[in-house]
Amino acid sequence: MSVPLLEVRDVVKHFPVRSGTLIRRQVGSVHAVDRVSLSVQRGETFGLVGETGCGKSTLARCVTGLHPVTSGHVLIDGEEITGLGRRAMRPYRRQLQMVFQDPYGSLNPRRHVGAIIGDPFAINRVAGGADRRRQVQELMELVGLNPEHYNRFPAEFSGGQRQRIGVARALALHPSLVICDEPVSALDVSVQAQIINLLEDLQAEFGLTSVFIAHDLSVVRHVSDRVGVMYLGKLVETADTHELYAGPRHPYTAALLSAATPPDPDLADRSERVILAGDVPSPIDPPSGCRFHPRCPRAQAVCAVDEPVLTGAPDAPPSHQWACHFPLAPGERLT
Amino acid sequence: MTRFLLRRVLFGVLVLWLISVATFVLFFVAPHDPARAIAGRLATPETVALVRHRLGLDEPVLVQYWHFLTGLVHGDLGYSFYSSASVDSLLVSRLPVTISLTLGAAVIWVVSGVLIGVLSASRPRSPVDRSATVFVLTGLSMPTFLLGLLLIYFFFFRAHLNGFDWFPAGGYVPFTQSPYGWFQHLLLPWITLALVSAAVYSRLTRGSLLETLGEDYIRTARSKGLSERRVLFRHGLRSALTPVVTQFGIDVGTLLGGAIVTETVFGLPGLGQLAVQSVTNQDLPVIIGIVLMAAAFIVLANIVVDLAYAVLDPRVRLA
Amino acid sequence: MTLTDLQEVARDPDVPAAIEGRSTLALVWSRLRSDRVAMASAFVILAIIAVAVAAPLIAHAAGWGPTDQDRVAGVTPQGLPVGPSARHWLGTDNLGRDILVRTVYGARISLIVGVAATAIATFFGMVAGLVSGYYGGAVDTLLARFMDVVLSFPFLLFAIALVSIVGPSLKISVIVIAFFSWAGIGRVIRGQTLSLREKEFVEAARSLGASDLRIMVVDVLPNLVAPLLVLGTLLVPTAIVFEATLSFLGLGVVPPTASWGNMISDALPFYSVAWWFVAVPGAALLTITLAFNLLGDGVRDALDPGAERVFASRRRRRAHQDTT
Repeated sequence: MSVPLLEVRDVVKHFPVRSGTLIRRQVGSVHAVDRVSLSVQRGETFGLVGETGCGKSTLARCVTGLHPVTSGHVLIDGEEITGLGRRAMRPYRRQLQMVFQDPYGSLNPRRHVGAIIGDPFAINRVAGGADRRRQVQELMELVGLNPEHYNRFPAEFSGGQRQRIGVARALALHPSLVICDEPVSALDVSVQAQIINLLEDLQAEFGLTSVFIAHDLSVVRHVSDRVGVMYLGKLVETADTHELYAGPRHPYTAALLSAATPPDPDLADRSERVILAGDVPSPIDPPSGCRFHPRCPRAQAVCAVDEPVLTGAPDAPPSHQWACHFPLAPGERLT
Repeated sequence: MTRFLLRRVLFGVLVLWLISVATFVLFFVAPHDPARAIAGRLATPETVALVRHRLGLDEPVLVQYWHFLTGLVHGDLGYSFYSSASVDSLLVSRLPVTISLTLGAAVIWVVSGVLIGVLSASRPRSPVDRSATVFVLTGLSMPTFLLGLLLIYFFFFRAHLNGFDWFPAGGYVPFTQSPYGWFQHLLLPWITLALVSAAVYSRLTRGSLLETLGEDYIRTARSKGLSERRVLFRHGLRSALTPVVTQFGIDVGTLLGGAIVTETVFGLPGLGQLAVQSVTNQDLPVIIGIVLMAAAFIVLANIVVDLAYAVLDPRVRLA
Repeated sequence: MTLTDLQEVARDPDVPAAIEGRSTLALVWSRLRSDRVAMASAFVILAIIAVAVAAPLIAHAAGWGPTDQDRVAGVTPQGLPVGPSARHWLGTDNLGRDILVRTVYGARISLIVGVAATAIATFFGMVAGLVSGYYGGAVDTLLARFMDVVLSFPFLLFAIALVSIVGPSLKISVIVIAFFSWAGIGRVIRGQTLSLREKEFVEAARSLGASDLRIMVVDVLPNLVAPLLVLGTLLVPTAIVFEATLSFLGLGVVPPTASWGNMISDALPFYSVAWWFVAVPGAALLTITLAFNLLGDGVRDALDPGAERVFASRRRRRAHQDTT
């Protein structure tokens, strides 16, 4: 296997929780991401799913260097980028871009579109003046925006168009890896498909590698080659897309899949739906052992004590791994 | 709660200390010599030196500051360079005037300000609201000293010329001596002081009330069929008044340190007038005393406001 | 809650009103133009500026300089000011100086102090608020506390103490007024910056490798133009009143230079018999502060037309307290 374009090794991200009156001291921490490892090969699309608050966005921000990691390593093309300063990080930033979740919050309302898409050029001091304007307008055309709208402000665009602006900004410097952090979850359903199709087209055209984050399994299934499932800061299962959707091993994955909206409601067997008990526990004080055990229908005593590690099995392809003491057998249904 | 209070008091003491240092430094860095000013222009160098020694000004700055600080801890602010009266007694003698002035004015501005605010918020963009806006902007634009002079001109000079002996031109009569005289001497200063604040308060009340009236729970109260008056006063005003309380505490705290302009214009022997006099006389101990007391009132007012805030708004936790 | 419910939780595109909308100056300008009160105020301000600039011309036309004493008919035989006449259009003061000319020259002082102090205070308030809000942490604690301390100072008291030591002058007036005004602005800007720095567009800029300075100037600052414009416009009249008050107390502009404050102060013993002595500079002072306040209100409305004129939150700590 060649060197993966992106490798995440044992990344941990804790946010300190402080309290105190005169002297503020750390009283705990939010375990947002806990020892997550994954790798993405060049040209691949990796889907990352999980409920809101499971740490997938935090992981994305650790990878792009927006949050410093508490421990662990992030490697681009085999080179360590964790802990690099802003200047040292520059060459990698050009390779590594991000599309943000909220097309309203991620575009500065006081700057016109030309300036927003031109930012990558301005910050990295490539292309100036008329040349930059030409390139920005080419990008606008590429993502399906009218280049004549160069001087308009974000408020004059719809949510879908705004997300196109975000995509154009991410693609400006021809990155090799794009991290899409729930790029469609803030959009109307009718617009979601357009943006996903745009991303897919651009991926094909530029040979992009991407990490696609979503809380919606059906979206991820559509775009990804491989999928990772996160729960409370942990990666609980990862596999090739068709493998995962056909035979999930981790009970959490199975529950997620059963809850996903079926393509054809008439054919769906409603009784198959698994309803998980309780709410997601607090990441400040995550459950011992397997973090899923308080809600898991298959949990046993050992689950509260021993934390399962990510492993495979002889009956599964090597790319399929899960972290569970009592995984489902291939084809078994969660009851 | 106790921790909150402790923290606020500690910060307040820190602020007061910083202010005392700032005032002290200001007077010693400045290129002037109080001893020479006191001894007079024609004094011989020997006399100046004598005066300097008597005032303790020949000692090093740090020693002087140390004397000042140890005195302060015992509640002793030292002695005036001029009258040789103790600063404590000077402040105490002036305080009743300033308190009378501030509290009386506060009653006027809170009542009128909140009333005008409620009136204009209950009918936004109505003629009432528009005239209130004119009043507010005039009040905000009106320099206090100008308003005071206008009132004196019309209610003293003009009235006097026409045979109406309503108000004196200035001065002060203690309440204990003559309650009516006290009122007569203070009414014009009260109005002067209250007008600007009344404008601020009506604007504050109006804005905050309009904001509150847009909330869901007000709509619920209305849909329950409560009368508009009940909605306004029982449900709306209660939470809308929180910012007014905040502003009130700060304003009263500030004014207790001396309503300098109003006291000067009306010749009221309060702290503000004392401040102007001691500044003209370069009377350092008195200036420091007034500045510290004024700052103490502001700090205290801020703490009281925060406490009141927590009482009025259960969502606020003192942490 | 089931997973389906979780998945279906609608994600509201959260658009805070404070930063929404295009800031095309043209749009704001067109709204402002349709506001007759604001336009009238702007016209009055421009007229006063024109008069201040043309002060020497007006002095020439009137035939008196700002400090010229009319030794022939400047005061009555009793030594009192002379009322409006053909010789002195708006009367004279107790030294036989022309009130009109002095008032016109006084406009220069008011405008210079008002605008200069506002510019300085707004600049420092902006920088302090921006740095404090953007960096947070220890920098923020230090700066925010410092602003609190400045706001806890008994403003006018400290100002007159300071002026009495270093001696009154135009420069000192500007410095004193600016020093006691920047913290109020800094506090508002800090609050706005605190919420702006959490926006995804700031993260986006950072992920592109933008420096902190660039983010503050290019990404955060444009979103602060609206509050800065409003705060600035409303600070001018406050500064003008502050200067007039200092001059009134004899601690501002040094005589014989004319300032509205020291003219009114000179008038104190005489205005019971010479109303014009106070009325002319007083009316000028009230006109200019009223015009700036009306314009400030108009600017606020034009920048934020959605808000039902909710003045409260933004003006809570406005330092009206300083000149009572």
